[in-house]
Amino acid sequence: MTLGYVIYKLVLAVIVFAVTLLIAMYSTYAERKVAGFLQDRLGPNRAGWFGILQPVADAVKLFMKEEVIPSVSNRTLFIVAPGLSLLTACMTGVVIPWGTSITLFGTSYSLQVTDLNIGILYLFGVVSIGVYGIMIGGWASNNKYSLLGAMRASSQMISYEVAMGISIIALIMTTGTLSVGQIAAQQQGWHWNVLVQPLGCLIFIICAFAETNRAPFDLPECEQELVGGYHTEYSSMKMGFYLFAEYINMFVSSAVISTFYFGGYNMPFVGRFIHDGNLLAILGVVFLFAKIFFGIFFFMWVRWTIPRFRYDQLMNLGWKTLIPLSILNLVLTGAWMMRHEILSVFIK
Amino acid sequence: MQPLTKRSKVVVNKEMSLYERIYLPAIFSGMMITFSHFFKKKPTIQYPEQTREFSAVYRGQHVLKRDDNGAERCTACGLCAVACPAEAITMTAAERKPGEEKLYREEKYAAVYEINMLRCIFCGDCEDACPKEAIFLTDRKVNSELNRKSFVYGKNILVEGVEKDKRVDVSKRQTPGVLEFKKHKQFEHNR
Repeated sequence: MTLGYVIYKLVLAVIVFAVTLLIAMYSTYAERKVAGFLQDRLGPNRAGWFGILQPVADAVKLFMKEEVIPSVSNRTLFIVAPGLSLLTACMTGVVIPWGTSITLFGTSYSLQVTDLNIGILYLFGVVSIGVYGIMIGGWASNNKYSLLGAMRASSQMISYEVAMGISIIALIMTTGTLSVGQIAAQQQGWHWNVLVQPLGCLIFIICAFAETNRAPFDLPECEQELVGGYHTEYSSMKMGFYLFAEYINMFVSSAVISTFYFGGYNMPFVGRFIHDGNLLAILGVVFLFAKIFFGIFFFMWVRWTIPRFRYDQLMNLGWKTLIPLSILNLVLTGAWMMRHEILSVFIK
Repeated sequence: MQPLTKRSKVVVNKEMSLYERIYLPAIFSGMMITFSHFFKKKPTIQYPEQTREFSAVYRGQHVLKRDDNGAERCTACGLCAVACPAEAITMTAAERKPGEEKLYREEKYAAVYEINMLRCIFCGDCEDACPKEAIFLTDRKVNSELNRKSFVYGKNILVEGVEKDKRVDVSKRQTPGVLEFKKHKQFEHNR
């Protein structure tokens, strides 16, 4: 491991981190803008040109707000929880392949921070730890609304992780790898996994909505019943961390959905016309980000269209619909893969 | 029974078909509806730069008129205060001293004339009651203030300026009907 390698990885990690934060920051702006437009309003348009400085103004406001830590709360955990939430949200970005590789001065630099051979397991592990941020925050607040919100969040995330995991197992069966980099590389051209696994893709997207606690699965923070849910007692930038973590999760979910099912950085047809490797790699990054931005827009679009589930409906959908469907998907995928062996039993 | 609107619908509690139970088509059509709103014209009025178009006879902030020579028309008769349904107007009358003929048209004038803009309902009854055509409502809006006291407007705000360019045009509120009525001098309050 040379010094150059370390510097390259460090630079890439910092870029990924910075871009993640920047996009999460502007997602807050985009959310308000999209919500406005979908409701025949204009959204924020005062701070700067078209309101482009609104996220900065929001951040300044959050920093300036009074910091309230309830005297009956568990102080250490109360402070740790939002940090944990944000940390786990940021950690997922490292295994996502943002592009193929760029060749500079004869050396090839991969645009993936690390291609773990168990990338998917890592992704699921980190996402599961995300529940802790919410659970600890809700518990440490020592407030019944917070606790209820946190319990809802964790039970919801645990329920939907099952269906998500099973739908991913079907994907792993067809691709034959746990490495996110290889899954992306396999989807050259039009060989997108969504065409192979349409049902799995649908289940994964629905579960991704539930995992990020976004509408219509935003029960942990449903205002009518739980005030603010798990972040009721939070104020100032600690609350900002929670909100920020949600937007980072949304960005990462869009990136994961694009990479797993919609071809990642692969673009159909372009490879035929352009043969310069570096240009192709950069175009791939642009294409991936276009997919991600559409994904983020889709998240917002759904949020401002569909009303929230009732709690029993949420659990029914998770356990009685999505899990059986994902198991069916798993069985069908397995049967299709073993079709020759199965057929040879009957036609002997 | 006659339905009250054209959109009334009889509710049936029938079993949903499989197509309906999947929900996805319904969700998709719903999302198309919200998406179509994305491109609709926004009815927002960007307030400080754009203002809503006012009616020509809009009833906004009051003005106390001066006559052509620049003397205040108000004689502090108190009819406006009596007419005011919100009891927003108060005044203190004073006698005109010799040498003040240029300032006040009649021998009695309002030393203090206050309208509480928070009480005022902008009905225009003061305008109707005024025998001297001294008070009018204008198309100006009452500005926001930081405390309640500032909303009690005194003569410094209400009386129009003496200079030609500081006069407030109220010709729109002096409808022909009103002008015609005020010509009839046989009515006590038109004299």
